[in-house]
Amino acid sequence: MLTGIAFYLFSAVLIGAALMVIASRNPVHSVLFLIVAFFNAAALFILLGAEFLALILLIVYVGAVAVLFLFVVMMLDIEFAELKRGALQYLPFGGLVGVVLAAELVLVGIRALVPNAGSLVPHATSGHLTNTEALGRVLYTDYVYYFETAGLILLVAMIGAIVLTLRHKPGVRRQKIAVQNARDPRLAIELIDVQPGQGGA
Amino acid sequence: MQVGLNNYLAVAAILFTVGVLGIFLNRKNVIIILMSIELILLSVNINFVAFSAFLGNLTGQVFALFVLTVAAAEAAIGLAILVVYFRNRGTIAVETVNLMKG
Repeated sequence: MLTGIAFYLFSAVLIGAALMVIASRNPVHSVLFLIVAFFNAAALFILLGAEFLALILLIVYVGAVAVLFLFVVMMLDIEFAELKRGALQYLPFGGLVGVVLAAELVLVGIRALVPNAGSLVPHATSGHLTNTEALGRVLYTDYVYYFETAGLILLVAMIGAIVLTLRHKPGVRRQKIAVQNARDPRLAIELIDVQPGQGGA
Repeated sequence: MQVGLNNYLAVAAILFTVGVLGIFLNRKNVIIILMSIELILLSVNINFVAFSAFLGNLTGQVFALFVLTVAAAEAAIGLAILVVYFRNRGTIAVETVNLMKG
């Protein structure tokens, strides 16, 4: 009973927040509604017994991705009202596509794919293991190569983002370590034989 | 009020549709399109976790973790491209992305 109330509450807020993400006039509001949607999705994950993924969802999405979006939205000086104009002209066709797609997903995906779906009950993890421990035992043994590949993907993404956005401004004095290491006294000091009474310059 | 697998799949289907609708409606704003892609990936993750929990198989949660990783990488690269594009053109309207047209 309580699970049902929680499920419908979180689902309603999730879908409402998702609708506000695409309907909001201000992109900053869109990002904030995206954060609300992620929080409710994490709550749904906890209802399903996937606590580790729920907390990872919060850390990765709310902590990293949403903040990245917020940063970019605030950094770029964009005339958003200009971009928003003419959005409603796609509403009839988009709404038609949306209704058809939702009907297809609900009818085909749910009725046909899992015939006995109504009789299934969620069971979090087998035995005495917690969700995190069970996931770790699977992730670091059976799926260790996929795990390493995921790390490689993140590395490539990080290097790519840095390379794309790095800007070399002219006129900035940078440290040249090779030149510094190759420096010797002949380059640094000039000895001048000054006669007495004649002065330097 | 028993919450079954159908309910979770329906929520994920509606969320997926909302994401696709977001791509359709915001034809000009790349940031909203990227957020819609995040919503679509989130709905896929809900499907993965729901099947994983109801069928008692942890593989779904492992793959949801990988989807999460790829989504984070995709957001980082997409936003980096967006920043570079804005620096070069001064706008992020999708219609103007036609420099490579022959």
